[in-house]
Amino acid sequence: MEGDIAQLGQFVGAGLAAIGSGAAAIGVGHVAGNFLAGALRNPSAAAGQTATLFIGIAFAEALGIFSFLVALLLMFAV
Amino acid sequence: MASNTQDAAHGAADAAHGSAPGMPQLDFSTFGNQIFWLVVALVVIYLILSRVALPRIAAVLAERQGTITNDLAAAEDLKAKAVEAENAYNKALADARAEAQRIAAETRAEIQAGLDEAIAKADEQIAAKAAESEEAIAEIKAGALEGVKAVATETAEALVTALSGSADKDAVAAAVAQRTKG
Amino acid sequence: MGKIFFFAVLALVVVSGLIFAPAESKLAIHPMDQFIVQPLFGGDHVSWYTPTNVTLWMGLAVAAVFALLVLGSSRRAIVPGRTQSVAELAYGFIYKMVEDVAGKDGVKFFPYIMTLFMFIVMANFLGLIPMSFTTTSHIAVTAILAALVFFTVTIVGFVKNGAGFLGLFWVSSAPLALRPILAIIELISYFVRPVSHSIRLAGNVMAGHAVLKVFAGFAGALGLFSFLPIFAITAVYALEVLVAFIQAYVFTILTCVYLKDALHPSH
Repeated sequence: MEGDIAQLGQFVGAGLAAIGSGAAAIGVGHVAGNFLAGALRNPSAAAGQTATLFIGIAFAEALGIFSFLVALLLMFAV
Repeated sequence: MASNTQDAAHGAADAAHGSAPGMPQLDFSTFGNQIFWLVVALVVIYLILSRVALPRIAAVLAERQGTITNDLAAAEDLKAKAVEAENAYNKALADARAEAQRIAAETRAEIQAGLDEAIAKADEQIAAKAAESEEAIAEIKAGALEGVKAVATETAEALVTALSGSADKDAVAAAVAQRTKG
Repeated sequence: MGKIFFFAVLALVVVSGLIFAPAESKLAIHPMDQFIVQPLFGGDHVSWYTPTNVTLWMGLAVAAVFALLVLGSSRRAIVPGRTQSVAELAYGFIYKMVEDVAGKDGVKFFPYIMTLFMFIVMANFLGLIPMSFTTTSHIAVTAILAALVFFTVTIVGFVKNGAGFLGLFWVSSAPLALRPILAIIELISYFVRPVSHSIRLAGNVMAGHAVLKVFAGFAGALGLFSFLPIFAITAVYALEVLVAFIQAYVFTILTCVYLKDALHPSH
């Protein structure tokens, strides 16, 4: 395994950036879970709010995708 | 983020010159190609959709809505007609029933009248027959009584003659009349 | 419990397979190779007009849209067949979304939004065919899509509302002292919109396809145990089918939300 310190840094950084994907997963879980809790309290209002649910999930997920992108950039582009 | 991407892009460009497989997404030499074909594709789709597909689908949906509305109206019409027909039928039925009842009552009255007449005639005949019979019976009875009286007188006369030698005819007849009365 | 055990065994097998794999069998399938843009008819120079695999798969997406929406509805049946039902479903889905989210006056942008949706959803689904090329996984493509939306929204906002469109950044319900700070934040978030709008789509699609290829590499390296990554690929593929639709939906509904901001900028 020959290599330089920069490559080590790349891979460690990519791994650290990938933690952000897990954080985004927590965020998406929060959005979906709270939606479900609210929907079970008032099921009649739930159908009208699915669009909002997807927008919320999209926003939460986008940030996770950013960290994943950073990981990819570190792995393949730097 | 933007500056990050830019740096990364430079890195990618460097990598592309080297041997390392970079991210094809950051290979700027292909961007012009992708953008050109994307614009072509979007314009084609937009023309297809706005000229042909969307108006056609909208027309189909509107037509279906119209058909459904028409069908519903027609169904409503037919339903009203059916209700009307049912009412007419019920009315006819009630009329027929009333007519039937009237005819039945009439017939019954007619029959009753005939019957009454026949009964009256029969009663009359019966009464006549009964009177005739009674007369005959009374005649027969009287005849029979006469006969009994004569026989009794004769028998009594004979008995008295036999017992006492002579008989007073009138006394015997009176005595027989006396006895046979009860 | 059984699930945890299953995944522990899975992880153990994967790790042991990687450790004990023969040294020369590196990742036989590079996860990024599927995204390379190549000319269709040989040569290695890609200029702006060269027919490439981008051209091929975008052309197929256009053909798919044509087949679904034009050929599918060509019979104009009152009682629709299967394809026509799907076409009408797509029409009603997007029409209702535009009407509900962007409002009644957003309906005149319906063909534009339908174009975006149909292109993205068809490109995503075509990209799920094995060995295919996914056009929406490229930042260049999604950036143009997002930039189109961004410029449309900005221009429509200014044309419709004039300077009143700037009220979008001036939060009149906040305390006066906070408003300039909020205005800066709103302005930044407004300009970050196309970035997140484009990277969300490309990132999701790229991530899913890369994960598939990474697992495929495991399957190549594991030999006898390759059935485990193949199960994982099946599961991830199912998720990707879902993601392909949801990302198209999210892109479209965000377009509608931005359009609503342009048509009714009051906060």
